[in-house]
Amino acid sequence: MKILVLVHNGPDGKIAKAALEAVGAAQSLGGEISAVNPVGDVPLHSLDVPALATAIKSSGADIVIAPGTSRFARSLPAAAFRAGAEIDTHITAVSNGPEGVTAQRWAYRQRILCTITRSARPWVLMTDCGVFAPAEEGSFTVENAAPVQATASSECLGTQAAVAGEQTIRPDAEVLFVAGAGWTKKQADGATHPGEAAALIKDFLAASGASLGSSKSLVEIGDEAKEAFGFMSHMNQVGQTGATPRHKKGLSTCCHGEEPHVVGWRFITERRAVNIDANCGWAQGKADVLYVADAFKVMSLVNGMLKP
Amino acid sequence: MKPLNIIVCGSIVPDPLQTLEPVETPQGPALKNEQMLPAVLDPWAACALYEAAHLAASTPGSQVTLVSAGPAPKLRQLMMSVAQKAPFALVAVNAPAGGFADARATAAELAKAIKAIPGLDMSNVLLFGGCSSAARDAGVTMQFLAEELGISEFFQAVDELKFSEDGSFTVLERIEGGSYLKSSCKTLPAAIGWATGSLPEPPNNPRTGMMNMPKIMAALAKAQPAAPAAGGAKYLKTEIPSSKRDTRIVKDMPEEEIAREIVQWIRG
Repeated sequence: MKILVLVHNGPDGKIAKAALEAVGAAQSLGGEISAVNPVGDVPLHSLDVPALATAIKSSGADIVIAPGTSRFARSLPAAAFRAGAEIDTHITAVSNGPEGVTAQRWAYRQRILCTITRSARPWVLMTDCGVFAPAEEGSFTVENAAPVQATASSECLGTQAAVAGEQTIRPDAEVLFVAGAGWTKKQADGATHPGEAAALIKDFLAASGASLGSSKSLVEIGDEAKEAFGFMSHMNQVGQTGATPRHKKGLSTCCHGEEPHVVGWRFITERRAVNIDANCGWAQGKADVLYVADAFKVMSLVNGMLKP
Repeated sequence: MKPLNIIVCGSIVPDPLQTLEPVETPQGPALKNEQMLPAVLDPWAACALYEAAHLAASTPGSQVTLVSAGPAPKLRQLMMSVAQKAPFALVAVNAPAGGFADARATAAELAKAIKAIPGLDMSNVLLFGGCSSAARDAGVTMQFLAEELGISEFFQAVDELKFSEDGSFTVLERIEGGSYLKSSCKTLPAAIGWATGSLPEPPNNPRTGMMNMPKIMAALAKAQPAAPAAGGAKYLKTEIPSSKRDTRIVKDMPEEEIAREIVQWIRG
């Protein structure tokens, strides 16, 4: 079996970790593996598609594996289309057994797990980031493919930080802190305290280095609390219409919801929750530990203890 | 600026609050009681529709067409609410829409329906859709559809689209690390896979609904029956993940002790 791994350089000019994971996935299948970087430095769909399609066609590979980076997620499906290949994305496991090559992926936003196979070749598998063990550097070499001539009526103008700045989901953080709409609800004194809530959350992020996630209801909060929570955006949202992060630890606070709301929480390894409802569907059976307590008080104390 | 011809692709998906269970059928995997499940417009496609309506409202003479695949009865039910959100014309494709349908076959059916829109000038088309569906969640259909329609400029996970007077535009696409990739494009046609964008869900406006409904009902009546062929993917297993954990519920512990335990866990 001939396997082609498609990679591209990250902004630092080096092969990204996600690409090492894709090579790791390929190595777990066995077979003859080659790794190729077919794209240039400019991440434009209209330039990347012909380069990727040419690489797939000219390789003669049975299986093509690529990391699910934003660049490949944009361009690889169209490249597969042009190369006459089949493609499946968000792959979380691969194996080579009696059924041939099989892959796992999720449907309905992490609610149903599917194991699939295809007889058509080439078959492009785009792996989810943070799932596969990365290949050791030096265990493979990357060939830079010859540039493919293409024209574009678009131009890349560079990158810019989201409005919410560093308060977006950062996959490299050890801890994901998920804030729910409970932070904006009336507290024991009968009043809401959005300003205090926002300050507690920001203090915790600064002291712990955690990344910030949010429930949909908090991101779309009404005008009253919007000003206080202006540092959050849809970029923080986890769940059905948000991200599905894969942090080692997750601490949810003031989050309430049933199973469908919790899908963004599914791939967090160690999960703890603080809220005032012991029967909350967010925490029961989903978290390892549920602290039934006032998050305002708890997080204030946590922040005090984390400060040097 | 020249009027825009915005085509929004958006299918129906089960209401996110429903619990889903996969079942095996002779045609392949499906959802248990799929016909009974309440449906909503695919969330990211809905964002695309709201952005399209906003853009059309600020560009006089522009037209928004929603191309939607799904079983006709469900589409009819869904349009009762969606029609009140924004003015649009509907092209309905009476086809199965679900997480196990083949993306390439779906894209081919959508392309056929779009090409059949009378008087459509493809050189002036702005193709909108969600960056990924809440059903298949593959993030490939828009790229396939753009290829089917010969559109080579595509932008994925877009949160912002701004047009200039000369018809060129800039987009912000979500990329890694919470950043955006900013690109400009000189001309149409172009395809955009929207993330959430920046607009809230518009409130229901009965007047808009009353203006939309006659043409929507007519479009539903002439919906072309299409059954996307099962793709090459063979489903070996579909299952609900068994992720139930033994939650340790900590009640009546002093807040200071809870805080200490959390800090220890974070540092550990």
